[in-house]
Amino acid sequence: MSEELEVKELEDVVVRFSGDSGDGMQLAGNIFSTISAIVGNDISTFPDYPADIRAPQGSLTGVSGYQVHIGESTVYTPGDKCDVLVAMNAAALRTQYKYAKPTAGIIIDTDAFGPADLKKAEFQTDDYLKEMCIDPDRVVACPITRMVKEALVDTGMDNKSMLKCRNMFALGLVCWLFNRDLDLVFGFLHKKFAKKPDLADANIKVVQAGYDYGLNTQASIPNTYRIETREKRPGRYMDITGNKATAYGLIAAAEKAGLKLYLGSYPITPATDILHELAKHKSLGVTTVQCEDEISGCASAVGASFAGALAATSTSGPGICLKSEAMNLAVIDELPLVVIDVQRSGPSTGMPTKSEQTDLLQVLYGRNGESPMPVIAATSPTDCFDAAYMAAKIALEHLTPVVLLTDAYCANGSGAWKLPNIDELPEIKPHYATADQKYKYTPYIRDAETHVRYWAVPGMEGFTHILGGLEKDGATGAISTDPENHHKMDYERYTKVASIKVPDVEVLGDKDDADLLIVGFGSTFGHLYSTMTELRKKGCKVALAHFKYINPLPRNTAEVLTKYKKVVVAEQNLGQFAALLRIRINNFVPYQYNQVKGQPFVVNELVKGFESLLTTPEIEEEGLYYDTKIIQ
Amino acid sequence: MMEENIQQEVVNEQASQTTYTAADFKMGQPRWCPGCGDHAFLNSFQKAMAEIGVAPYDTAVISGIGCSSRLPYYVKTYAMQTIHGRAAAIAMGTKIVNPKLTIWQISGDGDALAIGGNHFIHAMRRNIDLNMILLNNRIYGLTKGQYSPTSPRGFVSKSSPYGTVEDPFRPAELCFGARGKFFARAVASDAPNTIEILKAAYHHKGAAVCEILQNCIIFNNGVYDPIYTSSGRKKNTIYVEDGKPLVFGENNEFGLVQKGFGLKVVEIGKDGYTMDDVLVHDSHCEDDTLQLKLAMMDNEHGFPVALGVIRNVEGPTYDGAVNAQIEEVKQKKHYHNFTELLETNDIWEVK
Repeated sequence: MSEELEVKELEDVVVRFSGDSGDGMQLAGNIFSTISAIVGNDISTFPDYPADIRAPQGSLTGVSGYQVHIGESTVYTPGDKCDVLVAMNAAALRTQYKYAKPTAGIIIDTDAFGPADLKKAEFQTDDYLKEMCIDPDRVVACPITRMVKEALVDTGMDNKSMLKCRNMFALGLVCWLFNRDLDLVFGFLHKKFAKKPDLADANIKVVQAGYDYGLNTQASIPNTYRIETREKRPGRYMDITGNKATAYGLIAAAEKAGLKLYLGSYPITPATDILHELAKHKSLGVTTVQCEDEISGCASAVGASFAGALAATSTSGPGICLKSEAMNLAVIDELPLVVIDVQRSGPSTGMPTKSEQTDLLQVLYGRNGESPMPVIAATSPTDCFDAAYMAAKIALEHLTPVVLLTDAYCANGSGAWKLPNIDELPEIKPHYATADQKYKYTPYIRDAETHVRYWAVPGMEGFTHILGGLEKDGATGAISTDPENHHKMDYERYTKVASIKVPDVEVLGDKDDADLLIVGFGSTFGHLYSTMTELRKKGCKVALAHFKYINPLPRNTAEVLTKYKKVVVAEQNLGQFAALLRIRINNFVPYQYNQVKGQPFVVNELVKGFESLLTTPEIEEEGLYYDTKIIQ
Repeated sequence: MMEENIQQEVVNEQASQTTYTAADFKMGQPRWCPGCGDHAFLNSFQKAMAEIGVAPYDTAVISGIGCSSRLPYYVKTYAMQTIHGRAAAIAMGTKIVNPKLTIWQISGDGDALAIGGNHFIHAMRRNIDLNMILLNNRIYGLTKGQYSPTSPRGFVSKSSPYGTVEDPFRPAELCFGARGKFFARAVASDAPNTIEILKAAYHHKGAAVCEILQNCIIFNNGVYDPIYTSSGRKKNTIYVEDGKPLVFGENNEFGLVQKGFGLKVVEIGKDGYTMDDVLVHDSHCEDDTLQLKLAMMDNEHGFPVALGVIRNVEGPTYDGAVNAQIEEVKQKKHYHNFTELLETNDIWEVK
């Protein structure tokens, strides 16, 4: 019993915590990722929420998952499939097993596999492992519920409260399996339950019990694991989700620009956390308004911008359709505005908790008239900070609405974020009217080089003017239906956006001699980068050009994309970015890899697809070459 | 963290003017049809703004779409003519960010009550400090003559050639139903009363709805004929004034009394009714029951149309409360800039 187990070193490991929505799987996963990050591992997490509001307990639709990927060096994705699956009930095992590798270890609470549980999970027999063809040797079957109650027997807690601690037992067991320092867990719990010390103590007891269970029984497995830290990048870090990073980006930008921050929003999954986060920070002067509808969310932000604030509106799914009209007003008013679209599965209500990149062409082209608008797509949860900051900077300096595209995957996912120093962030200088324009000001006089008009806000004497949805004379600011003027104004607005300077797109990997260039945008960066790395390990010559700035595109886009023999555009839609590139680059006909399943890309599938593309150009596979088969 | 707009302070070193005339608020040449009620309203509006005395640069006029929403083009203030129905929502954002601004939100009946109905009711429910002008001509004029949400049942128009089969909104009822705290009414051709209610709306802190009954000379001419002239108003309207008995008529010979659950028009000195029986107006009464009764009176049911400030009740404003809460939380919380915000998180250090 006391024989020391072998400790095996791993480069990285993926753990998926799953259970009923109320089982606290997010918390268990979050603690595990945080304590791993504290010792210097890199982390990437992805929660997978059920769409049901409150599905019946133990039901298949009520299962919630939280996947954690930790590695000795940089991890770019939350991982395709897990090495360890924690399934707190029968429904979790039933629905989540598909996310486990064939070799994965599985931890289950045998107390949650009773006849009623099995029935709810639609098992036909009571031999659920056999039914799912799971090798029992890979399963750590533990009576978690019973052991939690035993651990807490002296606390005087009621049954319901005790059961809420089951997640901590699973966490303790996982910590034992990966040789994690329990003191870090205890520290986390003390902090989290600082106001409820009894609850902290109970949770700590249960974590310890889970750990001890592993230690004492050795969980009938041959070894435990350790993930060392290889690339230490000194600095101070925190775990941050994409939505929180977006909120922080706006806060930092407002402070840098010396402006009030206003968010007009309407609750919608999965964007609501941005509203939640900003609503907390009134001590920074942040104003949030939960509006009567999506329209008002955007419209009130246009009003706030008119009054001189850094104004933003956040939404997802059908919300972006409703905001289009007010976004267009900001285009013709030439007022700064940040529109955050946390993309989710569509059309219509679609799959509200699931992720896609299907709003790209809508935000670029989905408004009446010529309506140019800069678009930035965040490439990871932590990149949401930079993307939001840059969206605000561009909006304020170029007096234009800017769309920030994120998606459910990167909004809810998290990563270790090195705390920025606000002094080192780029300056933000709103393009204000100047004192010499007093009493001469008209709103559509522009800077000759940037084509940006000058911003005068109500309250400034000598700058009264009218903005509005009607076309204006460029010189006088009066209503105009003059054909030449309108033509000119459309060009001015277009040129203003097209002239915005964005960084060149970088080519990663075999940039000089790649046989295949992978192209993507937004939150798929991690998956595409990992795919490229895998392919290069296999000896393939592959490069990656990943886009964060969509409109305007980087200046070197055409040069980069036409340099390689084969180019594949991989995106989570049916080819929208590929279509955009084909509009912008003459004779550019890329391969396409399109997937709209509401789930992140799977690196293994990408590797397989691109490998076949490298070897046999005419092959046709699911998802590949969706609507174009022509090689350049 | 958020400082006052530096730019603004530099430019406004000293205010050059402290009193204003209507001419200070005039701009451009109105393009409404000759005889349109909007002309009359615009004149009264500019006079009222001058009398109120808020500087043009501290005033914002925000409108939606429609004939009446063209109004901001003819006033020399900060202004935005926006999109159909959204003026109240846009004005909300402006007011919250800069509560010092005096904001006039201009809408027609289609703009405020059809496409913008949602923003209209929520602006009132929140009690945002906006002066909300509802220019009600009971028709869509800019699109050349379709029925509006205030057109009466059976109204024949281009889009209802056989008459409408729907009941109209009565703006006061909607306002009261949305917990509106200020409602006033004037006829566009009646400048003194219009100026009076605009000033009252300005002084009321909160969402102040002024319904302006306005004639569309082309598509709905004569809709307010019985009350559009001063002689007509003597007979067919009642000017309500706080603390004064609700009497009307050429010689104030009629009065309003409470009868059962409703109001009744009586002739003073007849049927035993004396001045002591006549109701005395109270726009400040929290209970809106009688104010609603007043606001709903119409000539068709044998009542005079009530003009003036019908309801005027104090309450916390949304913009005031939003900004007060920010100040309150600033006092309570220990982090006040981005760097301090970061420190509120669970942070670890890799050495």
